[in-house]
Amino acid sequence: MSYVALVDRDHEQDHHDPDTFLTKYVWSQDHKVIAIQYGGLAILVGVVALVLSVLMRLQLGFPNEFALINPESYYQFVTMHGMIMVVYLLTALFLGGFGNYLIPLMCGSRDMVFPFLNMLSVWVYFLSVIILIASFFVPGGATGAGWTLYPPQSLSGGTPGTDMGIILMLVSLGVFIVAATMGGLNYVTTVLQYRCKGMTLMRLPLSVWGIFTATILALLAFPALLVSAIMMILDHSVGTSFFMPAMISEGQQLSYNDGSPILFQHLFWFFGHPEVYIVALPAFGLVSDVLATHARKNIFGYRMMVWAILAIGGLSFIVWAHHMYVSGMNPYFGFFFATTTLIIAVPTALKVYNWVLTLWQGNIHLRVPMLFAIGFIFTFIHGGLTGLFLGNVTIDLPLSDTYFVVAHFHMVMGVSPVLVVFASIYHWFPLMSGKMFNETLGKWHFWLTFLGAYAVYLPMHYLGFQGVPRRYFSLGTTDFLPESAHTLNASITISAIILALAQLLFFINIFISLRNGKKAKPNCWGATSLEWLTPDTPPKHGNWGHDLPEVHRWAYDYSVPGQSQDFTPQTVPASEVPVGRDHGVDHDT
Amino acid sequence: MSETSIVETQEPLQEGMAGVVSDFSSDKQSFHVHWGKAMMWIFLLSDTFIFSSFLIGYMTVRMSAQDPWPLTSEVFALSMGGEPIPLLLIAIMTFILITSSGTMAMAVNMGYRKEKKKTFYLMLATAILGASFVGMQVFEWSKLILDEGVRPWANPMGASQFGAAFFMITGFHGMHVTGGVIYLLVVAFRVKNGFYERRGNDYSIVEIAGLYWHFVDLVWVFIFAFFYLW
Repeated sequence: MSYVALVDRDHEQDHHDPDTFLTKYVWSQDHKVIAIQYGGLAILVGVVALVLSVLMRLQLGFPNEFALINPESYYQFVTMHGMIMVVYLLTALFLGGFGNYLIPLMCGSRDMVFPFLNMLSVWVYFLSVIILIASFFVPGGATGAGWTLYPPQSLSGGTPGTDMGIILMLVSLGVFIVAATMGGLNYVTTVLQYRCKGMTLMRLPLSVWGIFTATILALLAFPALLVSAIMMILDHSVGTSFFMPAMISEGQQLSYNDGSPILFQHLFWFFGHPEVYIVALPAFGLVSDVLATHARKNIFGYRMMVWAILAIGGLSFIVWAHHMYVSGMNPYFGFFFATTTLIIAVPTALKVYNWVLTLWQGNIHLRVPMLFAIGFIFTFIHGGLTGLFLGNVTIDLPLSDTYFVVAHFHMVMGVSPVLVVFASIYHWFPLMSGKMFNETLGKWHFWLTFLGAYAVYLPMHYLGFQGVPRRYFSLGTTDFLPESAHTLNASITISAIILALAQLLFFINIFISLRNGKKAKPNCWGATSLEWLTPDTPPKHGNWGHDLPEVHRWAYDYSVPGQSQDFTPQTVPASEVPVGRDHGVDHDT
Repeated sequence: MSETSIVETQEPLQEGMAGVVSDFSSDKQSFHVHWGKAMMWIFLLSDTFIFSSFLIGYMTVRMSAQDPWPLTSEVFALSMGGEPIPLLLIAIMTFILITSSGTMAMAVNMGYRKEKKKTFYLMLATAILGASFVGMQVFEWSKLILDEGVRPWANPMGASQFGAAFFMITGFHGMHVTGGVIYLLVVAFRVKNGFYERRGNDYSIVEIAGLYWHFVDLVWVFIFAFFYLW
């Protein structure tokens, strides 16, 4: 039995607009409002995590100068910083924020397939954030087990937050997974089942492909985290021994026996590695669209880019144990996981080449979003190359748990996705708000962020080679470290503070642009994809006015030779393409 | 947007691999099914990973346990006429759940034939069978906890992980069944009072609820095989 597609039943739907303040802005079922709620909340907790990282850096750069930071609070800062940044900021912002905003607009639909579920998703996410933040204020404080929450230390004495903090963290993660699942089902089903006439999968902008694949990863990877959270809660509160071995803690024989701590690590990283790509794939997609638009050139190798996204997504499920080379696995496992890990470099490198080749001979406009996008290519190549080091077992063993690892993952999944976040916010800000941002402030923001990131993370590679261990509260008197290592730490801290303060420029820019910004013209960048072709800027409830759009071409018809305009929107049929002077970019070819 | 109507599509669907290719390269939708059905399939895929993680976790702790693993055929035996019959209750529970999948499948059929009354009674039967499954699980749990002293953290028969894995996995599955019973009842009563008749006379929701129910059933088969029989 077959069904008529949702877009063909468009006339049957009644699009009554929400009219009260509550239904319009609070309990809204409009994907654009939900996107802004998701994104705003994610950025808000992200700021908390940023402040925590500055506190950590203060201790590392100037040991024991600040009474506020003692070993317990330091470990709490480390843990909460990591968890918030990875899960509550980046995952929520890319999937809940950009996914919500862009998927229906880029697919040419009026909303997600199930707006009510979408609204529930954002409010459940809000609940998970409340539970997470609450853990700072319970007796014993937040958990200090490190963002990986490895047992037995996350449950045994001596670690901060073993009474309540760890439970709240696990419960909050469980609630977050419920929210992410409700949203994720919506995103995936919308992309698959609710596209406008002419919009085939291979005409979708890469942003949609990246977010779509990342959402599938989230739906398949979060279950492992949910299960490990349930098992750890049972170990903590009921006294089961899933993860806890028989052990003596603080002179006391604990009542646990025979649990498997390695089991937790496997479950955690079965979630944790795909999580890296849940964050990276949307960034890959978004940056592709920003690059193509501002280089006025079609994305190089579109089909390869799509298949690379899918290949990376598939491979990400069979590499997880490269986080566990030092955990005590069978050496043959190490061989297998090193091989699969290095294979991922192939589709990833392909993507990087294609980004660079998209820029090649393009008509590059160095506007703020483009600066951030190009900055991303730098930091991503940088972080990707150090990943090749760490993917090999023999090189990983000495570098494991040093600052080299910290530098690597911050470069590849911290700085790089965040640069794409900024690129995308600047790129789509005129669409979302109807106002232009301040170009000068934006450029200052870019240069301070880009150079600041290098000032912070480049020296960390060197510290890692020196053998500086990560997660240490203080190095004390360590003979193997030269004095310069401590000086370097102080320098990193100062850079980090400047980098953190530079983010104020972003918020100032957003606020003054919202208040006094120039009114944005529709499709101000001359883009081809559907989200810029709505009748109103910003798009209204229902997105498309009376009739849904009809798509006639892929999303990257920039600078097509023989056409009078350097872009042809997806809705223009072949017969209406403006032909004229060949302004082309490809004269040589 | 949940209200939909069944209309036959104009274009004939292709068979086999050619159909797969044409589905995926089509515009508007990739699968020619109700979006709710597509969403339920995706959710079940995600749920599969949850139960797989549970079962893999159980197998790992079973390997890491030092104490002997209790013999399930003895632990889960019921006495009938003085003779202990291994897995008797579990066999009955499995039979009931599989039967409920049968009544569910009939309900889906009746739904597509727009036979409101028959659909309602078959779904009600499915829900009652499901509820009796949960009831027997309660009986099993209370027998283990009260009579035999099995606790999540320890038990008199052997490895403490036995109780832990048992309560966690059957508990999580039991919650799925309970949720399913509620879901079925809601849909059944909506079928009865004409809720779907008013919305384009579309009974796809019966099939979507059925998908969930068959999945819960299938998961039980795996739990039965890996926990009770092994």
